[in-house]
Amino acid sequence: MTRIDTRFAELKKAGRAAFVTFVMAGDPDPATSLEIIKALPKSGADVIEIGMPFTDPMADGPSIQAAGLRALKAGMTLKKTLELVRGFRKDDNATPIVLMGYYNPIYIYGVDKFLVDAKSAGVDGLIIVDLPPEEDDELCLPAMKAGLNFIRLATPTTDDKRLPAVLANTSGFVYYVSIAGITGAGAADANAVGEAVARIKRHTKLPVCVGFGIRTPEAARAIAEKANGSVVGTALVDALKNSLDADGRATAKTVNAVAELTAALAQGVKGAQQAAE
Amino acid sequence: MNVAKPNSYRSGPDDRGHFGIFGGRFVAETLMPLILDLEKAYSDAKADPAFQIEMNGYLKNYVGRPSPLYFAERLTEHLGGAKIYLKREELNHTGSHKVNNVLGQIMLARRMGKKRIIAETGAGQHGVATATLCARFGLECIVYMGAVDVERQQPNVIRMEMLGAKVMPVQSGTRTLKDAMNEALRDWVTNVHNTFYCIGTVAGPHPYPTLVRDFQSIIGNETKAQMQEIEGRLPDSLVACIGGGSNAMGLFHPFLDDPSVEIFGVEAAGHGLTQLHAASIAGGRPGVLHGNRTYLLMDADGQIQDAHSISAGLDYPGIGPEHSWLHEVGRVNYLSATDDEALAAFQLLSKLEGIIPALEPAHAIAKVMELAPKRANDHLMVVNLSGRGDKDVPQVGDILRGKSK
Repeated sequence: MTRIDTRFAELKKAGRAAFVTFVMAGDPDPATSLEIIKALPKSGADVIEIGMPFTDPMADGPSIQAAGLRALKAGMTLKKTLELVRGFRKDDNATPIVLMGYYNPIYIYGVDKFLVDAKSAGVDGLIIVDLPPEEDDELCLPAMKAGLNFIRLATPTTDDKRLPAVLANTSGFVYYVSIAGITGAGAADANAVGEAVARIKRHTKLPVCVGFGIRTPEAARAIAEKANGSVVGTALVDALKNSLDADGRATAKTVNAVAELTAALAQGVKGAQQAAE
Repeated sequence: MNVAKPNSYRSGPDDRGHFGIFGGRFVAETLMPLILDLEKAYSDAKADPAFQIEMNGYLKNYVGRPSPLYFAERLTEHLGGAKIYLKREELNHTGSHKVNNVLGQIMLARRMGKKRIIAETGAGQHGVATATLCARFGLECIVYMGAVDVERQQPNVIRMEMLGAKVMPVQSGTRTLKDAMNEALRDWVTNVHNTFYCIGTVAGPHPYPTLVRDFQSIIGNETKAQMQEIEGRLPDSLVACIGGGSNAMGLFHPFLDDPSVEIFGVEAAGHGLTQLHAASIAGGRPGVLHGNRTYLLMDADGQIQDAHSISAGLDYPGIGPEHSWLHEVGRVNYLSATDDEALAAFQLLSKLEGIIPALEPAHAIAKVMELAPKRANDHLMVVNLSGRGDKDVPQVGDILRGKSK
């Protein structure tokens, strides 16, 4: 069992959905980023996704792209992202950490070395946007062997014929992308999401979390009623950005801005009535 | 690097789209079903004689093929050495080789029932070709172009707009071709149900590098037949410029299994290989971007670095995956030419032959100026004149006037 499996088992027992947060590693600078990540579980995050900054995030919208560039400008690297996780683990050995990003920085770091270092830093799972099941040999299979969950994205274009291939080597949870689009665009329709989650659940026993297009406590709650978790990223990244000074540096408000929105969204998720399994 | 030589250099990629370790399909899940549909549509089209007949009709009567293979007598005399032939792709409708590929992809889009076409463009030649064929077939056309390129390639922006395309200036990143490609991919992820992404070079996720290569191979096939007719034998060497590398791959591919033919690809060395440049093979290493594994310019942490070339069409930090493979197996020699060398070649060809080349093939001409004098008088050298210089006239004019002040 990874921390992810344990956390979803606990949530199931408690009869509630997970609140999954996304922030970018090193945004706006490495030290503030660590404070933000430490604040997330205290504010109600059940699972933390940490973005690995990349210059060319082709499936992300302007907010997350800008967050990655802020982090890179502040000197963030993949090695420092792992140090960030290590720093977080000093005080928290329970909250699952999932790294999310693109393959090239990992490929350049070296897959085997990365998996060893990520595992020892306290990473539990990986979401790599540009590695479909057709490229499982690259990282997914080695990650499974190393004891890390490889969490796959399923999308509205993933039909019943393709789902088994997408789910085959997926573990931890399934991340359903509620819209065909980039992060931060559109709004997820809870009914359509409900149907999609039910469809995915016909193929797997894994929890299904839903993200893209969820910005408010109400939306997070509506999704949490249909799925095993709501994922929020862009809204948190925007809250962070709005707290920065004119030069893009952290202010006294920055950590709180993210923590307060996290707490409000967590309330929304916790108010959701879980549909019977 | 120690890589086994294949029996044929023309058989790739494998069924998963790999040329050696290069190529592949590194894209978001949202796009995978469409990429698999495209692969099937292309293999069906290849097996359908009607597709080829229709395409040949447009190539002849709309594009204006075959393009001439012209003996550049004054350039040959000036340089001394090899007999230099120019493959005149700049005489195609729309002014470059890009139209060969776009015609093929638009016909595939029509077969797939797609009505909305998106494209990315650097210098604008691929954008103009896409806008042209969308006009011809009544399709909606959106072209992503880096804001820097919109500025330096105004004539092509105006042409695209006249043809009814919507040009979207991209403000993110370095505001050049790489960012236009990111933005086109974002559009595609968002509008995947009705949109066909017409990629402009031999890069991107499988099957794009293959299908673009196949559509461009008409350049090399014609060259082979024309040289046979003019000189009664194969050429001894081929030279072409490389950004993503589609004009080069089109010329090279039909000759890869002819061992007597020396092949040279010319990357853009910008201000020089130790400074800002766009030479991915000379200055990069294998990485993963835009759907494929290939040589890329990047830093030690795997972050993509800015490319620079005087030519917007070569200003890209990567190269098609098949080129990366041909480099590693040693079949093609990859050289590079700086901005200044390309400018000198641009002026030389204009003055000696009355042909104003685009800045892209001016890089190839720059290396011909080095290679040709070292070859014997009976050496037959073909250089791909991939595009004409109309689009570059204002930019080069500014530079030359600036220098003369």
